[in-house]
Amino acid sequence: MLDVRGVVKSFGGFLAVGGVSFTVAPGSIGAIIGPNGAGKTTLFNLITGHLRPDAGQVMFKGRDVTGIAPHDLCRLGMGRSFQRTNIFPRLTVFENVQAAYVSHRGRGWNLFHPVARLYQEETEAILRAVGLLDHAREESGFLSHGGQKQLELGIALALEPEILLLDEPTAGMSASETRESIALIERLARERRLTLLFTEHDMEVVFSISQRITVLHQGKVIADGPPAEVRRDPEVRRVYLGEKHA
Amino acid sequence: MPELSFVVAQCLSGLTASMFLFLIASGLSLIFGVLRVLNFAHGTFYMLGAYSAYQVVQWLGTGPVSFWVAALGAALGVAILGGLVERFLFRHLYGKEELYQLLFTYSLVLILGDVAKILWGTQQKSVGRPPGLTGSFSLLGITVPHYNLFILLLAPAIALGFWFILQRTRAGRFIRAAALDRETLGALGVNVSALYTGVFVVASFLGGLGGALITPMRAVVPGMDTDVIVDAFVVVVIGGLGSFWGTFLGALIYGQVLSFGILFFPRFSIFAIFALMATVLVIRPWGLLGRPLK
Amino acid sequence: MRRVPWGLLIVIAAFFVPSLGSRFYTFLANDVAIWALFATSLNLLVGYTGLVSFGHAAYFGIGAYTTGILMKKLGVPFLLAFPAAGLVAGLFAVFFGFFCVRLTRIYFAMLTLAFAQIVWAICFKWNELTGGEQGMPEIPYPDFGWVEKAAAVLPFLGGYRTSEYFYFTCLILIAVALWVLRRIVASPFGRMLTTIRENPERAEFIGVNVRRYELAAFTLAGLFAGLAGGLFGIFNRGVFPDFAYWTKSSEVLIMTLLGGMGTFVGPSVGALVLIWLNQQIVSYTEYWPLVLGTILVLLLFVFPGGLAGAAQSLVRAMQRKRGPARA
Repeated sequence: MLDVRGVVKSFGGFLAVGGVSFTVAPGSIGAIIGPNGAGKTTLFNLITGHLRPDAGQVMFKGRDVTGIAPHDLCRLGMGRSFQRTNIFPRLTVFENVQAAYVSHRGRGWNLFHPVARLYQEETEAILRAVGLLDHAREESGFLSHGGQKQLELGIALALEPEILLLDEPTAGMSASETRESIALIERLARERRLTLLFTEHDMEVVFSISQRITVLHQGKVIADGPPAEVRRDPEVRRVYLGEKHA
Repeated sequence: MPELSFVVAQCLSGLTASMFLFLIASGLSLIFGVLRVLNFAHGTFYMLGAYSAYQVVQWLGTGPVSFWVAALGAALGVAILGGLVERFLFRHLYGKEELYQLLFTYSLVLILGDVAKILWGTQQKSVGRPPGLTGSFSLLGITVPHYNLFILLLAPAIALGFWFILQRTRAGRFIRAAALDRETLGALGVNVSALYTGVFVVASFLGGLGGALITPMRAVVPGMDTDVIVDAFVVVVIGGLGSFWGTFLGALIYGQVLSFGILFFPRFSIFAIFALMATVLVIRPWGLLGRPLK
Repeated sequence: MRRVPWGLLIVIAAFFVPSLGSRFYTFLANDVAIWALFATSLNLLVGYTGLVSFGHAAYFGIGAYTTGILMKKLGVPFLLAFPAAGLVAGLFAVFFGFFCVRLTRIYFAMLTLAFAQIVWAICFKWNELTGGEQGMPEIPYPDFGWVEKAAAVLPFLGGYRTSEYFYFTCLILIAVALWVLRRIVASPFGRMLTTIRENPERAEFIGVNVRRYELAAFTLAGLFAGLAGGLFGIFNRGVFPDFAYWTKSSEVLIMTLLGGMGTFVGPSVGALVLIWLNQQIVSYTEYWPLVLGTILVLLLFVFPGGLAGAAQSLVRAMQRKRGPARA
């Protein structure tokens, strides 16, 4: 489904991503982990078209999508959530998700039809799935942090993606919220047959649901494989345990 | 093909206009560089500097130093006004939408513009040249007033002075740092709010000084504020918002384009200025010597 | 308070203004109507898409000059000259807008200002076409001869002055234009614009080609501003370069802010209040800018949502006191 080949990105003199390659199989759940500054978000930005790689390719469903604009990538079936909550604050929760439907279903250039009840059923279905139906008419900026994260997920799902990239989906959540959130994500991925790729700091989360883990350190891949293998990898242990004692 | 002397005359007049614009625009550029706000009221401070200088000259008469006292006094007065405005009003808009900040500076244009009308009426005022600089000399058959020459020398001197302050002094370093990254600067313990007020004061001083010094050459009249502010915008856009030497370069270019534009294409000189501004924005938005905003 | 068609009622009521007897009221109402359209067109850009333009008056001016030149110099009938105003303004908007939307924030604002000043400079200096600094006085009214004939069959149509027939024409055209704008704003396209306003990055990532939508909004805003300008040139009995000067852009921006950028009717309310206030103040003192500046300061510090915004908060506060009525 997703095939990243040797992407490189530097900012000024700083090499953020130095030749990263990995693949994500359709229907699988993959994770990218690594200490802070390892280049995870930059890598995400390179995949989703927010940044252009200096070198390398990103192949999505067999197509070269390196550096194409985010809005086009979105239409090809890639959905993404952001690390810092990125919603439409003064729109209601309902309108946030509905907007994604409107755009995705190609009605964005309709200038005359009233939009208020467009895709109402589908939007409410998503809100129900992420547990926000009760807040549908609230301004999304007023939601709690956890609620906004759920909304992020809802917006991404409304794009009916084939692959979902989640950038630190449980950042800032309590332990119980994290468990609920991950259970929800995993269930939704199964129900909708989504491919999932996410980055995380919470190791428990990562090891519990991922089928494949890619470990980044200083912009390079140091391990890539199923959880058990990665857990045993000496390089990974050095980076993580070594860091702790530094 | 016009005579050499005519060309030189245009060149000089363009240079003089450039120098005044540089004085004014440098303050605008400074405020933008540090506070990230385009201060519409800067033209009004220029105008208030001119009116205040006129007023002080009225009080002190035409003695040998009255003009200089007036110019300095006017600049200081405007500087203090700028500081008060920043400290008590503008400060409360930081963090709000940029549009509100811009519109606030515009409200100052409206309010202070009318205050000037109330205090000085709508008749145009003028100030004589200071004694010692009333003469002129001849260059290639054209008369160059001594006062113009004085401005041509003074403005770059002020430019160098401020540039020196920016590069060599601690305050200058803080200002340059604030332009790059104010959050970090605040985290380092620097009193950023005092810095902002200081920047506003200095910028207003420059604007007021420009207005005061231009009084012997141009009539002091309502509307000079809205005219000059657009010119100042053109200068800082061409040179680069927030860039000191960019403003100087922009002012030079503006002056020459205007004076030669008037020479060769008199009807299109104004058009040429704005077309230049638009071209710079389209091709290189951060100006000739500016840097892309973060 | 629900399904009452307030807009329609206001328009119908407006038709009775000339019956109040004073030509002055008709004049004011005409002024308000035109500025309401102008301000609402700007709000499409500022309030709905989040693009702050400092040069919107350019399209107002282009519309005015288009209609003026067509009607006065070429004798083109109003029925063609009016839509032409919108069309020509829209064309300029799509051209200028193409360059503007590639920039962000302050650079965007500066380029809109630069283009507006270019338009002003052309109008100011191209004497042959635009009359230069003197402008074009005495733009003819549309030909209302047919109304007198129609009045034989429909007597209520007869007996009005030309300026009043023009006022009715303005009312109808502006009402239709505002209705169209209302539909646009409430459409899926309008929703996409608000996503851009709220979060352009996220909008990109729900598939919105931000630049293309911004250009569309810019063009539409320019088109409707041009229509307003076309009417204003005739209403004002003359077209002048200052229609495009940057201070006119700021006037309409203030009007939009005063009424409230977050609502559709805000700018129209702002137009009404500002023009009425101007009339009141100007009869006492010449220092209208001082008053306007002070109002602006109050708005910015106390009521950033404008009048409509303040009214909305009031209504919401009252609703909350009454308790949740429905989910």
